[in-house]
Amino acid sequence: MPLPNDALLEMYRRMTRIRQFENTCHELYQRGQIEGVLHLSIGQEAVSVGACYGLTADDYITSTHRGHNDIIAKGADLTRMMDELFMKETGYCRAKGGSMHIADFTLGILGANGIVGAGIPIATGAALAIKLRGERRVAVCFFGDGAVNQGFFHEGLNLASVWRLPVVFVCHNNAWAESTAQAATHAVADVAERAKAYGMPGVSVDAIDVTAVHEACAAAIARAREGDGPSLINCKTYRWYGHHVGDADQPYRSKEELAATRARDCIVHHRERLMRSGVADARLLETIDRDVAGEITAAVEHAKAAPPPSADSMYEDIFVGIDVREGGAS
Amino acid sequence: MTVEMTVREALNRALDEELARDPSVFLLGEDIADPFGGSWKVTKGLSDKHGIARVRNTPISESAIVGAAVGAALAGMRPVAEIMYIDFLALCADGIVNQAAKFRYMSGGQVSVPVVFRTQGGSGRSTAAQHGQSFESWFTHVPGLIVVMPSTPSDAYGLLKSAIRDDNPVLFIESKMCYAQKGPVPRAETAVPLGLADIKRRGRDVTIVAIGAMVAEALAAATELADDGIEAEVIDPRTLVPLDKVRILESVSRTSRAVIVHEATKRSGWGAEMAALIAEEAFHDLDGPVVRVAGANTPIPASPMLEALHRPNAARIAAAVRRLLA
Repeated sequence: MPLPNDALLEMYRRMTRIRQFENTCHELYQRGQIEGVLHLSIGQEAVSVGACYGLTADDYITSTHRGHNDIIAKGADLTRMMDELFMKETGYCRAKGGSMHIADFTLGILGANGIVGAGIPIATGAALAIKLRGERRVAVCFFGDGAVNQGFFHEGLNLASVWRLPVVFVCHNNAWAESTAQAATHAVADVAERAKAYGMPGVSVDAIDVTAVHEACAAAIARAREGDGPSLINCKTYRWYGHHVGDADQPYRSKEELAATRARDCIVHHRERLMRSGVADARLLETIDRDVAGEITAAVEHAKAAPPPSADSMYEDIFVGIDVREGGAS
Repeated sequence: MTVEMTVREALNRALDEELARDPSVFLLGEDIADPFGGSWKVTKGLSDKHGIARVRNTPISESAIVGAAVGAALAGMRPVAEIMYIDFLALCADGIVNQAAKFRYMSGGQVSVPVVFRTQGGSGRSTAAQHGQSFESWFTHVPGLIVVMPSTPSDAYGLLKSAIRDDNPVLFIESKMCYAQKGPVPRAETAVPLGLADIKRRGRDVTIVAIGAMVAEALAAATELADDGIEAEVIDPRTLVPLDKVRILESVSRTSRAVIVHEATKRSGWGAEMAALIAEEAFHDLDGPVVRVAGANTPIPASPMLEALHRPNAARIAAAVRRLLA
């Protein structure tokens, strides 16, 4: 069934929100206005938006070190995200998590994660909680193609399948694990093939098309909600920038490869489709672009003015009910 | 009113009562369901009573067990995960160290992770270097993790109940040499608060701080020493994090001497932290050096004869006390 026009427009808005947020972060980092580690997800927007569109706050996601995209797609507040990147008290993590640990438990966002693959058993456990309580929620687990070589992947997918848990494993297959090409580290070329080993459906999608990603994920999510168990969705995408912003030179891949893949832009692809099919004209799309730019500017302004964390806050949020400054718990 | 039971039975009772009390509590681990009932039989009868959905056998996948327990806790459950041997925590440390212990902090206090990781350690059964270690100091070094190490049936019972009800992640370390140990447990349902040390024997001449299976050895040493007129106080911290340092330091200030006993290898063991704490905060109360009686700085050997050389016992503890008092 084709997606209604408002859904197509909303997907465009969300992908644009991610792209502009990430572009802004990149600039701010280069100007030294934000610090820490920053892994840009530019180029991979269609995976996050296609998978998350249709989820509610009751559904769970786990994400990765390259996770701004998934978190924004699940509805996170841009202001609290930007406050966190500026390491302010008002950030999502009170300036104690930073880019790799943004979470919003009121929205089912069980966190980005700094350990490659660690979200896989966590999402599996969230799905176990859903099953034990007899709910219709679902857990969507995002990870990169690097993570499929971790033991977490093997153990997590097997466990999820053995217990028929409502979890959908979505691979941001961006072709590069830090600086190492996939061909050098994957014994089987198609990540979706690995699903066979765990007795679950595995499909591959060209993630230039957000609607194709959505169609594949929505089918897997519906299956999971019906109690029919997990699926693996291999979303073929591409990482436009280095592993992190400090990896600007990227000596491991050619400029030709970069240029060729950047020419396949999921946002341009969606934009052209919207115009070609008459869902939107250039003016409407520019309005959306401008609205989103306003959101990002407001978030940056808020973050700049927000208070830094207090020195005392370092000792807070460690335990429930134990003050580490007084007891021996520190 | 008390009832005699083993540590194994006391742990089983705590799990049974908490499963019955709170529907968000569930157990997962390798071979824990009936009819096998766990490698150490701690979970015997629980899946028959509470069902295999809530007492779940898992694949041999320690990372998935721990990670799934963390995920279920983040999603509002109270999982109790069993890792058969503490040695196997080396296979799944990420879920404990980087996830469970850090989620609250990294998220700015948005969540707590109410999960219990039950495991057991220690030598004494000729299980060699991959099934007989004691890793408590690895985990007391991790901020954000509560570490419990009971020694008696009543402590095992009451502390496990508290651990399950606590909103923080808890590593609950049982001792394989304690499982068959018998003792009185309150007949009425009770919980022992986390963070309180217990003086197992009163004495004026020396404070012996012992953990896990070494508490019984320290008590046996104290009995032996009493024949010579030496009155040893034996104190069991019971929880290593948070540590009841007030009670321990108060004891040391009364006796002026401290001996620390654990079966983990001595180098960088938990006793090093305890000794440093006493040196920093009770130095002027001391009449002699802080002494550690601990496992040898070697892997655990399989031979019972060699293992006995590795492992502290009552005689070695008593000898250390006599040297200190000489």
